[in-house]
Amino acid sequence: MATLRIPPVLRPSVGGAKSVTAQGTTLGAALDDFFRRYSAVREQIIAADGSISNFVNVFVDDQDVRYLQGLATPLAPDATITLLPAMAGGES
Amino acid sequence: MGDASRSMLARARSEIREWRPLEAEQQIAQDGELVVVDVREQHEWNDGHLPAALHVPRGFLELQIEEKVPDKTAPVLLYCAGGVRSLLAGQTLQQMGYRNVISMAGGYGAWTAAGLPTETPLRLSDAQRRRYSRHLLVPEVGEAGQAKLLQARVLLIGAGGLGSPAAYYLAAAGVGTLGLIDADVVDETNLQRQILHNTSRIGKPKVASAKETLSALNPDITVNAIEDRLTKANVLDLISQYDVILDGTDNFPTRYLLNDASIIANKPVVHGSVFRFEGQVTVFKPFEGPCYRCLFPAPPPPELAPNCAEAGVLGVLPGTVGLLQATEVIKLLLGIGEPLVGRLLMYDALAEEFNELRLFRRPDCPACGEHAHPEDLPTYEDVCAV
Repeated sequence: MATLRIPPVLRPSVGGAKSVTAQGTTLGAALDDFFRRYSAVREQIIAADGSISNFVNVFVDDQDVRYLQGLATPLAPDATITLLPAMAGGES
Repeated sequence: MGDASRSMLARARSEIREWRPLEAEQQIAQDGELVVVDVREQHEWNDGHLPAALHVPRGFLELQIEEKVPDKTAPVLLYCAGGVRSLLAGQTLQQMGYRNVISMAGGYGAWTAAGLPTETPLRLSDAQRRRYSRHLLVPEVGEAGQAKLLQARVLLIGAGGLGSPAAYYLAAAGVGTLGLIDADVVDETNLQRQILHNTSRIGKPKVASAKETLSALNPDITVNAIEDRLTKANVLDLISQYDVILDGTDNFPTRYLLNDASIIANKPVVHGSVFRFEGQVTVFKPFEGPCYRCLFPAPPPPELAPNCAEAGVLGVLPGTVGLLQATEVIKLLLGIGEPLVGRLLMYDALAEEFNELRLFRRPDCPACGEHAHPEDLPTYEDVCAV
């Protein structure tokens, strides 16, 4: 079961959880499992053509999946998935 | 010089190769492996030396050279004032196992007579030696490092939550010139975290307040207070005047504007952001690691920018993140350690946990990729303001 780290800006869409678990042997399968429970997050992560949105980076463990196999990236049972959306948040 | 001295020198000359200054200059330019070592005394070094030379006075040669030049197969060019002490030092190095030692004939005197370039190190005053004494005791900083800091110029974008702790410590560390750009005035709601300001300065421009605080802490440095916003019209001219940029901005337009300009001007940007209990830090060093557009080629449309509302932040959090940024700035200025280039550090204050993600350059990045034209990229309206 993979752990999905939820960035602060998306937590309101998942009931405030900092992380959730997701089942799947690939990143795509684990995200589908996640979206089944939290459908509102899907449009933040997945573009209209079904690929990962340009406005978010997705990491499996510490690796950017763009340089692995994208949504087909295989997941180890204890994998950690991190979502990194573009954030305006700074501190001026 | 007596007979014994002459004999020693003749033997050294037969054992150690010599280069004249012009040949030495060519070799320095061509051979990236060549290590240049100045064996003169401290006062001679202080009056000027070859650029990029290491300083190991001959009296400390046996004790210090292996620490400063660990690779005994590397070519080592030694010089002194006239070419005699460096010949004898060369023999010492050969006895210690250095295999490729050269002495510069005629020494520093011949080098300067040939009109070749030199550097004069900044000399610390007695007051500076006292103020920065704890830095001088750290081998990775020392007098040369402190001199680098005093000659360095750092621009902070924003004199707020991140800029406050970063500027405060960079000023204390003796970073010689700090530029602060911010168009806002001090507001009561800032004081929970923006420690450069105080209650009596509410309504005053932040950069003026910041300058007052920083100058009181360290009158040894120059603070350029720039009461303005970063715009397309001023960004390139401004960042070109500084060595490192610390990004404490809070909006997409400025972040992209700064990113593209930093690629054009080839300036490293130490990026930080905070949100409630969490923060992120990375270093965007042009052409050595990814830039902001490698991560996010364009800002999200308003409907996908979920973080525009005032989100709140734990007051101490920008302190932690701003000081991580200040640490990265000092590492970049001194050329020490492993800066967060190509790594994003994520801090979770509630879990008291740090995690790291690896970031890569996009070959097709519109700002720093192979066929990029950062000067042609669009600027943006603030998606949060739409």
